[in-house]
Formats: sequence, structure tokens, C-alpha cells
Amino acid sequence: MRAAVITFPGTNRDGDIARALRMAGAEVIHSWHADHDLPAGTDLVVLPGGFAYGDYMRTGAIAARANIMDAVRAHAARGGYALGVCNGFQIACEAGLLPGVLMRNAGLKFVCRMQHLKVGRVDTAFTRHYTAGQVIKVCIAHGEGNYVCDDETVMRLESENRIAFRYCDASGDITRANPNGSRHAIAGIYSENLRVLGMMPHPENLVEALVGGTDGQGLFAGLAAAG
Amino acid sequence: MKARVTVTLKNGVLDPQGKAIEGALKSFGLEGIDSVRQGKVFDIEIATQDRSRAEALLKQACEKLLANMVVENYTVEVLG
Repeated sequence: MRAAVITFPGTNRDGDIARALRMAGAEVIHSWHADHDLPAGTDLVVLPGGFAYGDYMRTGAIAARANIMDAVRAHAARGGYALGVCNGFQIACEAGLLPGVLMRNAGLKFVCRMQHLKVGRVDTAFTRHYTAGQVIKVCIAHGEGNYVCDDETVMRLESENRIAFRYCDASGDITRANPNGSRHAIAGIYSENLRVLGMMPHPENLVEALVGGTDGQGLFAGLAAAG
Repeated sequence: MKARVTVTLKNGVLDPQGKAIEGALKSFGLEGIDSVRQGKVFDIEIATQDRSRAEALLKQACEKLLANMVVENYTVEVLG
């Protein structure tokens, strides 16, 4: 598994996610937003968290039009893997890799805390190390994580089983722990071919017992073994 | 030429910022404010003097970047 981690001006989680991937056994190459091409042999593109282009105008909007993104869209169209975390999820939506948009949190506050998630399907490269319905504890840190899309899109995501993670409480109840107002408590979604995952929470923060837990490890282990 | 692009949220899209502003205005005791929706204004200078070309250019700018058509509408006004 060769992963290209893309850095935009204002990205700040590229180092952490690269480390999580390397720990899981993936080869990581850093890419720059102004490049026109991905590194040869890229299996997985990672859009890390941060505040690309200062989040000016709309989160992820300017980053989604950076040079490298044409190559990322072509990679996804070929069936390549892509993972967008937090700001990377916002960029993936703006770039048209995933449907919908991340709006300002319903409570207007930047939310930075630990958060439980309920895992959806476990037959994808991203989640095969989890069990269906498993509750994992990771962290969230965002001001614009409120997932919005039209009714038709949300029904499609549901019927096609493309909701990767939902916000929940420790017991797995998804009705009482929505931190940002997202439709259907959506914390992460897949593309139609299940090769692109966008998610607001940060699994890369939870790969080391020393710093709070290891519930994020499974995602990187699953990816490292793919492709 | 000068132009103004206005980007607003589509009806039905939750606007927590607009709601907060609305709440603040109401808390001042200003009578008669029903609701507030927040949007964006872009003042743009364009090299061409051709009005229809300017409008086409701005439409492209809106659809490429200035508006997210999932949740936003835009209007283009060429001011001359």
C-alpha cells in the first residue's frame, strides 16, 4: 500500500496521519497541493485535516480546486482509494468526490472532544478490522462538521449502505450524541464504489495507548493491507 | 466593469449564523424583525466592457468556486 498524503497551505494533520499509516505498515509519500501529478503507484490518496487555504470563503472550497485535485479525481475515477479526514472530508465534498457539504456546526461552537462512533458496514478496506455496529471512541475537532445534503441524497446514502460512521453515545445510541447537527448523525460517508471515505472524526489521533486509545488503528491496518 | 455577486443559502438550509444574528437583533429590542439569513457579497472588477461576456464569466466563476450549488444560490449584477 502506497499512500500519498497531500499537504495544502494550512493543512496541519498531515504528519499525524502519515505516522498512523506508517505504523500500520503503509508506505507514505508526501505530496504538495501545487503538483499536477500523484506519485507513481499511488494506491491511496489522503486529504488530511487542518484549515487549507485558511478555510476562506467555504471550508475546503479553494483547496478542492488546487492543481493536485484533478489528479485526485482521476485517481478516484479509476477506482483508487481516497481518505479525507475532517478538513479533508470538507475538501472531498467540495471537490465532488463525495455528495453533500459540511456546514457550520448547529451549535455554532468549535467542538473539540472525545466522541463515540458507531461503525456501519465492515466489508470495506477502511472498516474490515471492526465489527458491524461496533462503538469506537475517537476524537473530533471541528467548527464545520454539520453534514448537509438533500433528502434524495440522504435516502440514497441510507439505502446504499454508504454511511460509514455515525455519532453515538457510549452505548451506541445515535439519537443523543450528535455534536454538530449532521443529518442522520452522519460522521462519515463512502463513495458509490466504497473506495472513497470522508469523515469528520480523527482516527489518526487514536493509534497509541499512551495518548488516549487505539480505536483508530483498525482503519489504518485495514487500509495498509489493501491495494 | 464592476460587478457584484451575491451568494445566499437556499431555502430550507439551516443557517445557524443567521439565527444567531437574528437572536442578537431581537435582543436589542428592535421591533419588526422576523428573520435573518446570512449570505456573501463579492465585488468584482472585470477587464471586458462587454456586458454579456461579463455575465457569462461571472456565472462561470460562481459555478466553479463562489457558490456551492448544493446549498447556495447566486445572483450576478453587472454594475457597468
